[in-house]
Amino acid sequence: MIEFWTEWGTDITEAFWQTLLMTGISLAISIVIGLPLGILLVMTRKGGQAENRIFYSIVNTIINVIRSIPFIILLFLLLPLTRALVGTTIGVEGVILPLVVYTAPYIARLMESALLEVNKGVIEAYESMGISTTKIIWSVIIREARSTMILGLTIATIGLIGATAMAGLVGAGGLGDLAYQYGHLRFEPVVMYVVIIILIILVQAMQTFGNVLARRLRKD
Amino acid sequence: MIELKNVSKTFTTGKKKVEALKDVSLKINKGEIYGVIGFSGAGKSTLIRCANLLERPTEGEVFIDGVDLTKLKKWQLRKARGKIGMIFQHFNLLTTATVYENVARPLKLSKVPKHEIKERVDKYLKIVGLEEKKNVYPAQLSGGQKQRVAIARALAQEPEVLLSDEATSALDPNTTSSILELLLRVNKELGITIFLITHELDVIQRICDRVGVMHHGELVEEGSVIDVFTKPQHPQTRKFVFDDANFQVPDSVKKGLSATGCLVSLTFIGEASNEPFLAAITKKFEVVPSILAGGIDQLKASSVGKLLIHLQGDPAEVEKAISYLESQHVTVEEVAS
Repeated sequence: MIEFWTEWGTDITEAFWQTLLMTGISLAISIVIGLPLGILLVMTRKGGQAENRIFYSIVNTIINVIRSIPFIILLFLLLPLTRALVGTTIGVEGVILPLVVYTAPYIARLMESALLEVNKGVIEAYESMGISTTKIIWSVIIREARSTMILGLTIATIGLIGATAMAGLVGAGGLGDLAYQYGHLRFEPVVMYVVIIILIILVQAMQTFGNVLARRLRKD
Repeated sequence: MIELKNVSKTFTTGKKKVEALKDVSLKINKGEIYGVIGFSGAGKSTLIRCANLLERPTEGEVFIDGVDLTKLKKWQLRKARGKIGMIFQHFNLLTTATVYENVARPLKLSKVPKHEIKERVDKYLKIVGLEEKKNVYPAQLSGGQKQRVAIARALAQEPEVLLSDEATSALDPNTTSSILELLLRVNKELGITIFLITHELDVIQRICDRVGVMHHGELVEEGSVIDVFTKPQHPQTRKFVFDDANFQVPDSVKKGLSATGCLVSLTFIGEASNEPFLAAITKKFEVVPSILAGGIDQLKASSVGKLLIHLQGDPAEVEKAISYLESQHVTVEEVAS
C-alpha cells in the first residue's frame, strides 16, 4: 500500500487536480453561457414572455447539432479553432474550449427544462399584479426552479467529469488519462483500479451534494 | 368600476379559429359582487382574463375605473394592474416561499417601503385568519388555507377590484363556504368590488348581487340574482336554475300525474315563503295540491322558496287557483310533462 503510494502518489494527486481544474473551469464557463441561454430559450419559445420564433429556432437547432456530436469527435473537430483562440491545443488550456462547447448546450437544455417546469399559473399571478417580466424571471421562475436546476447542474458536472477522461487524448492529463496511459498501455492494472475508485467516490460525492442541496431548496 | 365594451376574443391555432368571446358587454358597479356563471368552455375564463388583460381581447375595450386598459402602454398597464387583484382556482402560490414571503414578495417587487410591507402582510394575514401560519410553506396547508394566502396576497396590493377565477372550484363544500364568507367580508368591510366567474350556482346565490350567464362565448342573460333566479329567461339559465332545485322528477312519474291534473312549479320570494298558500287554495278552490319536491334557497338579498306541486281538480278550478297564487306574488309555471 505504502509502496504503491510512494510510486504513484504524486502522479495520482496531480491527475486528480488536473481533473478538478478542467471540470471546475469548464463548468464555470459553461454555466455562464448555458444558464442565460436556457432562460432565453424559455422566453423566446412559443407563448414565452418574449416570443421570438427566429431566435428560438436558430438557438434550438445549434444546440441540437452540437449535442449530436460525440465528445471525442468534437475534441478533434475543434482543434483548429482551439489553436486559433487559445494558441495551444494541448494541456488543460487546450481542452477547456471543447469541454465548454460540449457542456454549455447541455446545461442550456437542462436549465430550459427546469424552468419550463415552473407552474405557469404562478407566473400569471405575478403578471396580474403588474410585476415586470425581468423581476418575474429572477424572483419567481428561477427561484421556483432552483432545486431542479441544481439537480440538472449535478448531472452536467458528472457528464463533464466523464468527458475530461477523453481530454487525455490531446494531452490534457487528468485521472482518465492516467488510467489509460498507465493502466491500459503499460499494464499497471492497479493504477487503473485506484483511479476508478477515486472517480466513483468523486461522482458519488457530487451527486450526494447535489441531492442534499436540491432537497433543501425544495419545500413541497 | 369595470366595464367591458363589445369584447371579442378569437383564438387561432393553425387554420382553426375559435371564437371564445363574441361581442360581450357588461358593466360592474363600484362595491358590488358580480358573478358570471357558465359551463366549462362557455368562455367565462377568457372573459375574466380580459378584465386585466392577461388575455388581450381581439376587439373591444376594457375600462377599469374609467381607464381603457387596451390603450395603455406596457408600463402603464403594469401600474393599472396594481389596482386589480386576482385569485385563481389553483391558488398559484410560490412553493418555495413561506406564507409570509408569498404575501410579501410581490410587495417587495413593486417597491413598497420595507416597514409598510411588514405592516400590510400582518394586517391581511390576520384578515384571512392565517397569522399563525406565517412561517409555514404552502405544501403544509390545506386547499382552503392556500386560497386564503392567495386572497391575502391579492389584498395586500390594496386593490379596488378583485377578480376571482373559479376560486372555490377546487375546494370541498365546507371550505367553499368559508372562502365565500371571506369574500363577502372583503367586499363589505374593505369595499372591494368583486368580479367572479364560476360554474357553481351556489356561489352566485350566496354572494353575488348581479349575475351574467355565459353560453358559447355570449352573455345570454344578465340581471339581479333574484330576478335571474326566479324568472330565468334563456334556456341555458333555466338549465342552471332548475337542475339545481331538486326538480328531477322521473318522466314516468310526471306522465302519470299530468293525466290527472296539472304539474306546476311555484317560486316564492322572501316573506312570501312563509305564507301557507297551499292550505289557502284548498279552502278557496276545488283543488287537491300534492307536493312532489321543494326547497328554500338562501340568496344574498333574500330567500327563495321553490315547490313542485301537482294540482288535481277540474281544469277551471285549477285555473282559478293559479291566478290566485299569481295575485299573491307567487311565480307559477307549468311544467311540461
